Parts: sequence; C-alpha cells; structure tokens
Amino acid sequence: MNKQSNSELFTLTYGALVTQLCKDYENDEEVNKQLDKMGYNIGVRLIEDFLARSSIGRCQDFRETADVIAKVAFKMYLGITPSVTNWSPAGDEFSLILESNPLVDFVELPDNHSTLIYSNLLCGVLRGALEMVQMAVDVKFVQDTLRGDNVTEIRMKFIKRIEENVPAGDE
Amino acid sequence: MADEALFEFLHMEIVSHIYKEQQSGKAEMDNKDRAVCVSVLEGMGFRVGQGLIERLTRDSPSFKDELDIMKFICKDFWTKVFRRQVDNLRTNHQGTYVLQDNKFAMLTQLSSGKQYLDQAPKYLAFSCGVVRGALSNLGMESVVTAEVSVMPSCKFQVVIQKL
Repeated sequence: MNKQSNSELFTLTYGALVTQLCKDYENDEEVNKQLDKMGYNIGVRLIEDFLARSSIGRCQDFRETADVIAKVAFKMYLGITPSVTNWSPAGDEFSLILESNPLVDFVELPDNHSTLIYSNLLCGVLRGALEMVQMAVDVKFVQDTLRGDNVTEIRMKFIKRIEENVPAGDE
Repeated sequence: MADEALFEFLHMEIVSHIYKEQQSGKAEMDNKDRAVCVSVLEGMGFRVGQGLIERLTRDSPSFKDELDIMKFICKDFWTKVFRRQVDNLRTNHQGTYVLQDNKFAMLTQLSSGKQYLDQAPKYLAFSCGVVRGALSNLGMESVVTAEVSVMPSCKFQVVIQKL
C-alpha cells in the first residue's frame, strides 16, 4: 500500500511541476528544456543512490548498459521494466519501449501544449546519470502515449566516452 | 510504483529550481524573493495535497468532527504521504493544532543536527502546502506553518480558519 501511495505523491508532484513550468515559461520548447535540465541535475545525484543500492559493477558495453537501465534502474525507481529494442547496426543506439509510464497517470495534455514533452525529465535523468559513469548520450522521446501513440518510446544514442575528472556542475 | 528516493530527489530539485529562478541575475536574494519562493512551493504542495486526499478518502465514511479529521491527517494521511505517523498531536481545542514528526521524510536527505537549520524552511514549504490542500478538500481552511529546531524533527502548526 505504501509503494502505491508514493507513486501518487510522485505523479502528482511531477504534474504540479509541469503545471508550474508551463506558467513560468512562454512556450513548450522552454518547458521541455527546463525539464531536461532538472532531470540532468537529478540524474547526476541519482546515479550514486543507484550504484549504492544495486551493486552493479561497471558495464562492459552499451548493450549491458541498456539492460541495466531497463531491468534494474527503471524497475528500482519507477517499478516498470521497459523492453530494449530497435538496436542500430552499429550497436550505438537503442529504444526503450514503455508499456506504461507512471509519470502520466491521470494526465491529459491540454490542447495548447501539443509540443510539450511531458516526461522529458526522464531524458535528463538518464543523460545526467550516464555522464557520471563516463558516457555521453543523447536521449529523446520518439513516441508518447500522451500524444496519441500506442506506446512510449525513448531513443538512446551513445555519443562518446567521457574522460574521468570532468567536474559535474548543475546546469 | 515510484521509489521514495526518486521523489526526494525530485522535491530537492524543484526547491533548487524555484530558488535559482527567483534569484536569477541578482547577487543576493532578499526576503521578498524568499517569500515568493515559499509561496510557489506551498502552492504546488496545496494542489498535490488536494489530489492525494481525494484518492485516500474516496471510500471512507465522513468524519465526526474537526479533531477526528486531524487524527486522520496524523495517522492515515501522514503515513500515505510521509511514510510514518505523526509522533505527537497537541491542540488548544480552539482550532490550533501542533503536529510533531520526529523523523520528517523531507528532511532526512539533509544533514541531521543543527548544521543546515537555516535551509530547512525551503524544504518544508511544499509539505505545508500538502497538509493545507488536504484539509481544504476536507472542508477546513487553514494556515499551516512548520519549524525545525533539531533535524530531522519537525513541528507543523495548523490554525483552522473560522469563516
């Protein structure tokens, strides 16, 4: 019962955040940017919590990273296990398919926010967390049930390995 | 099923964002700036509190009186939102209640002890709003404030507004 309750607290709080950002910024693009930034700031801290609680060692390659993200991280933090699909031939890009998205329970996008990427915080979290383990990635939503698609799909692309000792700042 | 740590990180980042945005460009924040931040956070909490209590009381019988409602807030609601019950409830029986939580959920990520005492109010504003929102949906308008003397112990003061 408690886990469920916390999900509502999280979902409602996230909704309140998006509402506030829509009030503060003129357009959806700005809101999307802020969500990504805030997600990044969360991600760079969340990774420590994740590493401490999951005792996952260093991933050997991007495929392993993808599995850990989908099967361990998403499960731990959001209680869902997206599937990993659509690998690029070079093995540097894949998709996470979310059948359900806890962030959007009870949410409907109002008409004048057609370009809002409601869950964009997640992209920032993933980007920030992976940067802390020396991976520069590009993360974006390519499908969204909130926008009428059948599933929610996040596309992740490996850009490059980051040298150690790059200081992490808040964005 | 969102994890507790994820919520706490989200909450901390929301606080950080609101304060950064308000300060933007200025060398320092003044009291007016801080009041705006607290007000925004409290307002967000208010809407969340309304939503939470609605789900929680959907199938519940109605409450006997004000004290009954406050006990529900201290037990069922507090457990749902802050993962524990209020440790101590006091009242003057004239509309003022003091709720003491000795291990307040929003403060546990910050250091224990006296170190970050001046930062604590930032992290309480949202929760005050949550409580006020819940009470509002139950038909009670209130003013909710919180204070910390020793982390992570926190006292919420609820003053019911008689209309």
